[in-house]
Amino acid sequence: MTAHRPESVAAGIVASPGYAEGPLFALDAAASAYQASGSPEREADALTAAIASATESLAALAASTEGEAADMLEFQLAMLSDDALTAPALEAVAAGTSADVAWRAALDAEIAGYAASEDEYFRARSADLTDIRDRVLRALAGTGEEQPPAGTILVGEDITPTRFLSTDWSRGGGIALAAGSVASHAAMLARARGVPMVVGLGAVPPAGSVALLDAERGALDVSPDSSAIARFREAAAAFRARRDAAATYLTRPAATADGTPVRVQVNIADPSDVEAIDIAHCDGVGLMRTEFLFGTVLPDEETQLAAYRKVLEWAQGKPVTIRTVDAGGDKPVPGFTVEEGNPFLGLRGIRLSLARQDVFRVQIRALLRAATAGNLKVMMPMVAVPEEYRQAADLFTEELRALQKAGVAATMPPLGIMVEVPSVAIVPEAFADVGFFSIGSNDLTQYVMAAARDNGRVAALNDVRNPAVLRLIANVATFAADRGIPLSLCGDAGGDPAAIPSLLAAGLRDLSVVPAQLAVAKAAIASARL
Amino acid sequence: MEDRMSNSVGTSVLITHEVGLHARPSVKLTKLAKSFPADVEIALAPDGPWIDAKSIVKVMAAKAPKGTTLHLRAAGERAGEAVAALKALIERDFDEGEDHARSA
Repeated sequence: MTAHRPESVAAGIVASPGYAEGPLFALDAAASAYQASGSPEREADALTAAIASATESLAALAASTEGEAADMLEFQLAMLSDDALTAPALEAVAAGTSADVAWRAALDAEIAGYAASEDEYFRARSADLTDIRDRVLRALAGTGEEQPPAGTILVGEDITPTRFLSTDWSRGGGIALAAGSVASHAAMLARARGVPMVVGLGAVPPAGSVALLDAERGALDVSPDSSAIARFREAAAAFRARRDAAATYLTRPAATADGTPVRVQVNIADPSDVEAIDIAHCDGVGLMRTEFLFGTVLPDEETQLAAYRKVLEWAQGKPVTIRTVDAGGDKPVPGFTVEEGNPFLGLRGIRLSLARQDVFRVQIRALLRAATAGNLKVMMPMVAVPEEYRQAADLFTEELRALQKAGVAATMPPLGIMVEVPSVAIVPEAFADVGFFSIGSNDLTQYVMAAARDNGRVAALNDVRNPAVLRLIANVATFAADRGIPLSLCGDAGGDPAAIPSLLAAGLRDLSVVPAQLAVAKAAIASARL
Repeated sequence: MEDRMSNSVGTSVLITHEVGLHARPSVKLTKLAKSFPADVEIALAPDGPWIDAKSIVKVMAAKAPKGTTLHLRAAGERAGEAVAALKALIERDFDEGEDHARSA
């Protein structure tokens, strides 16, 4: 997190943690061209034969596979055997289109339907359809799949699940995608197999060079210098050592070497994240972001309610802390956020929510209704003065009354605030009436150090372990302990083994970390002495 | 199919499945539907649009999330039996065990 980010590094989202070093291999290399015959009859025969051949190879692959992967292949097989999938292509062929063009167009139409879905799960199925499309196109062209050499980093727009399964991972390697999804079958398989994978990198460089894939921080360096390689290898070795050691800590409650219990919760960015986490391994959700709901359109109350309930039900009574929408700053939302010269210091977080009460009240109602489904806590981001908290709390009270009057089941959850604006950390006494505090160490650090977290040139300054940041955290911890106000931390630092001893020393006993860091955070806590 | 459906056997079930009508449940649903000679259809609303329950392409395209009410109807030979069997499958959560439900 404090590493320098040179030009050659692309940043993405970790789909499966780990480290891979090796040459790049392009997934999207053009398939060899299919020679059309010009006769509709022969084109129809060619397409039918290609579909049959693809079905056969898929069935063979399914027969030699077990578990989740077999289920996925059976799904593809069922899709490919369905006339509803093949009929539009055969109709186009009968009308004179060549077999490859007709098949591609028919499948692309299906793929577009999934890609446009609002549900992440169904969106991720577009990769399965792409897989089916390409398998038939390869059968048409009579070409096999070019096998990447073992130990390479596969790069491309997206990766199909069968491509993942047919790749030899026995000698390492990784996956770096321009697009992709953490909810794809391939991502699921990568996590299960322990293959490092980063998605959402944007432009991915052409194949050939030697690259470093850091799937712990989500970075791909395509032209590393020798010092970058040395640092990478050190981090990779440390990661492996931590992972091996950590595996034994994952299932146990966290405690320091001298026996002080520490709560460890998870941060989630999308409700589907919980599908990969065992609730027994954590103490709840310390931060559930809601920005995912605000992708391109403002979400309605029911959509929000369904998302919140899903996580509350998964948590089985453990606390789930949902943060009201934290748009603005580096997270713009069209039609909601405003363009500003200095967005990190502008209308973001609770400031924006209070300015756009039409949008905020919808979220408040969804939260009040969701509160009946589990152990919900709600926190507001970017609070700087007590008045903001009071105004927001008043809106919750107003909406609760309206819901109850309308006979809608709803209840008031504990309301708390993020501690990320230094004004709160310096004078926490002014916020003595909040339900709880949660330290947002990313923003707190960048505001205290005046060093943007997305600017590699000042990355060295953006350090949570700077004594000024730690003193403020300790200041909040002391006040919270005196008043019995619950306190946790939900920034990246909570899952950083290097920062954990300092955070515990500052008085924190409740850390919320990204799911991939759960085991290593518990291991780091276990080796700390207070 | 439309005409035959005018004398159909119908019922409604709430999908109780952890993740909705996803890949694995859809495979099971269409396989079971295909085991009956009757025409079988599902819908997300009582007045349709009705979807051929034997086509996984069409069932998946419905993108039914968890908590959706599924309507079932069938017409023709053993229609009542087909509806009862599909209803039972959905009510059994598609026979998905704990370990399966998380990643389906």
